[in-house]
Amino acid sequence: MKKFAVVAAMATAFLGSTAINAAELEVTHWWTSAGEAAAVAEFARVFEEQTGHTWVDSALSGSGTGANPVIISRIIGGDPMGATQMNTGRDAEELIQAGLMRDLTDIAEELNIHDFYVDESLLEPCTYEGRIYCFPINIHSWDWLWLSTAAYEQIGQPVPTDWNEYVESWPALEEAGILPFGLASGWPIAGIPGALQSGIGGSDLVLAINRDKDAEAVRSPEFRAYAEAWDAIRQVVSPDTMVPAFADVGNQLLTGEAAGNIHGDWLQGDLQVAGGVPGEDYECIPALGLNDQLSGGGDAFYFPVLPEGTDPEVIEAQTELAKVLVSPEAQLAFNLKKGSMPIRTDIDLSQANACMQKALGLLGNGLLPSGDFALSSDTQQQLQDLNIEFLDDDSITIDDYIERYASIIESAD
Amino acid sequence: MADLAVQQARKGGAAGGLSRFLHNTFIRNLSAKIAAAPMMATVLVVFIGCTIWTIWYSLTDSRLLPNGEFVGFEQYQRLFSTSRWNVSVVNLLIYGAFSLVFTLGIGFLLAVLMDQKIRFESAFRTIMLYPFALSFIVTGLVWQWIMNPSLGLQGTIRNMGWESFTFDWLTNPRMVLFALLIAGLWQGVGFVMILMLAGLRGIDDEIWKAARVDGIPTWRTYMSIVLPMMRGVFVTAVVLVGSGIVRLYDLVVALTDGGPGISSEVPAKYVYNYMFGAGNIAQGLAASTMMLLTVMIIIIPWAYLEFGGRGRRT
Repeated sequence: MKKFAVVAAMATAFLGSTAINAAELEVTHWWTSAGEAAAVAEFARVFEEQTGHTWVDSALSGSGTGANPVIISRIIGGDPMGATQMNTGRDAEELIQAGLMRDLTDIAEELNIHDFYVDESLLEPCTYEGRIYCFPINIHSWDWLWLSTAAYEQIGQPVPTDWNEYVESWPALEEAGILPFGLASGWPIAGIPGALQSGIGGSDLVLAINRDKDAEAVRSPEFRAYAEAWDAIRQVVSPDTMVPAFADVGNQLLTGEAAGNIHGDWLQGDLQVAGGVPGEDYECIPALGLNDQLSGGGDAFYFPVLPEGTDPEVIEAQTELAKVLVSPEAQLAFNLKKGSMPIRTDIDLSQANACMQKALGLLGNGLLPSGDFALSSDTQQQLQDLNIEFLDDDSITIDDYIERYASIIESAD
Repeated sequence: MADLAVQQARKGGAAGGLSRFLHNTFIRNLSAKIAAAPMMATVLVVFIGCTIWTIWYSLTDSRLLPNGEFVGFEQYQRLFSTSRWNVSVVNLLIYGAFSLVFTLGIGFLLAVLMDQKIRFESAFRTIMLYPFALSFIVTGLVWQWIMNPSLGLQGTIRNMGWESFTFDWLTNPRMVLFALLIAGLWQGVGFVMILMLAGLRGIDDEIWKAARVDGIPTWRTYMSIVLPMMRGVFVTAVVLVGSGIVRLYDLVVALTDGGPGISSEVPAKYVYNYMFGAGNIAQGLAASTMMLLTVMIIIIPWAYLEFGGRGRRT
């Protein structure tokens, strides 16, 4: 059946591939917010300058939940793009198994990528049976607490330095009519539990749940501490205060409408575009100020196997793009705009802002595997359903939540 | 040809039964059979074949690609222990019941009003039918703005000075289904109205005259004479509205995206999320099989009553 699917996919692809022009490479990604778009434009610029090929930009909306299905079904359906962004993780594993992704091992060896990758573990999800199928191009972490300087000026308190101080300031914020926790609806909710787990629960908890799938860890006191924090958040957010997109939360922070938010480091790309300066307009606190390790994964680029009969120029362009993405120049330009950490350390990051410097400091302690790094997307979806339900429905007690979380982890694979 | 077959059958004796069977199956009315072949192939392959494929793979542990091992009813066990699915089913039942009753009720009422020989009828007809020309996505987005608590109706009226006015159905888990219902009705009622109007126009004027001669009040004429005569139109409307209810998906995605929390989730959205978002085909197929089963449970008894037994067709 698997073979049949591949053959069918190839056959369909073959029929539909006659229109591809030489050396135009279609790249799909879901970097659509202002900061993200500015970052990906840097990749396109470096790629076009250095190789002379054309970067055909296919930005998809909807992030991992909306864009990923489109990308996967295009690859399975036999209409592969030249290159695509995907979260490193287990999403692509089956595509690799089915032989739909290009083997990049030769390029990796040519570049000696093991020498310059900052953390070997980043390459793990890209490696399947000893071969490399994708290049991680940045390190992202969800574990950031963003605080609004303006909001704390308004209530006359110093900006908190960790999660506990932040929670203590909530009553004063609410009294002043400031939203203690700004939140965007949809997928931005999904990352908050993970950030709370690694910040409040600690590194061991994250490893036990995400790596070992240990349901007993879910019933531990550390997890309960996390669940209580998550419960505290749901007390201060309500559906009618949620905004449509994470960039809107960024604006709320800059204007002081909302006091804080937990969101990934890409938020600062948008804060930058909106004119925010770290330390003046907003504060960024990695790992909620409680842990010394960040949990993270990253974005990676995959190169689908192109159907037979594709112009060799296009395949050559794939190879060139793979090399450009991890090159020092592209890495520096991209990550400075994106607000994420580069995958190589042999570049000069003195231009990086205060938040990135903090992250680089923590990177030396090693990365914790985040949920989308270690859990299958099926398990992630179940956890997300549970988290969204918990956030909205106050009748679910912390005990219920822990039990249901544990049973999902028990059946996780 | 038929004569030939009859002769053969007479000659054939015991073997004749078989050859007559073959003849009846393949040769008799050959041109009609050839003409019907594409339709039959479509039914066999697309409808029945794909249904069997769906059911089979819902019994496996397939993930991103359909290649898993047979695991029995495990997917169904998981399905019915998932609160999101159970909420989805209940939501669909509530939405479906209200939607069916109100779409048909309001649609019929509007058609009756439209049938009173009013002025500018075609203008009203166009206005009523216009929402139907919009997709559910557009409908959902429009109503999302209207019902947004801070930007829409509630915000506007509060700004006009009525501070306590509340219309927050979109963010209220208990009322969000009715927000969906309003948008769904706005979109669908016009179409049902047109159907009903066509049905009303199909009623012979003589019947009205006869009813008037007998001194039957108008409402009674509608209820006891016109309605039963419009049975065919009603069946069509029920089938159309019903199928629209079961596949309810795009309106939810555009209007609420299942929120707040999971309080406006529907089965079709669960199927999509697990099949594509979560890369768990078997779970998605199990859910869609349950949707099919629900439709069958409703359709089969109805079809039996409608087409079977009495040999009467509408």
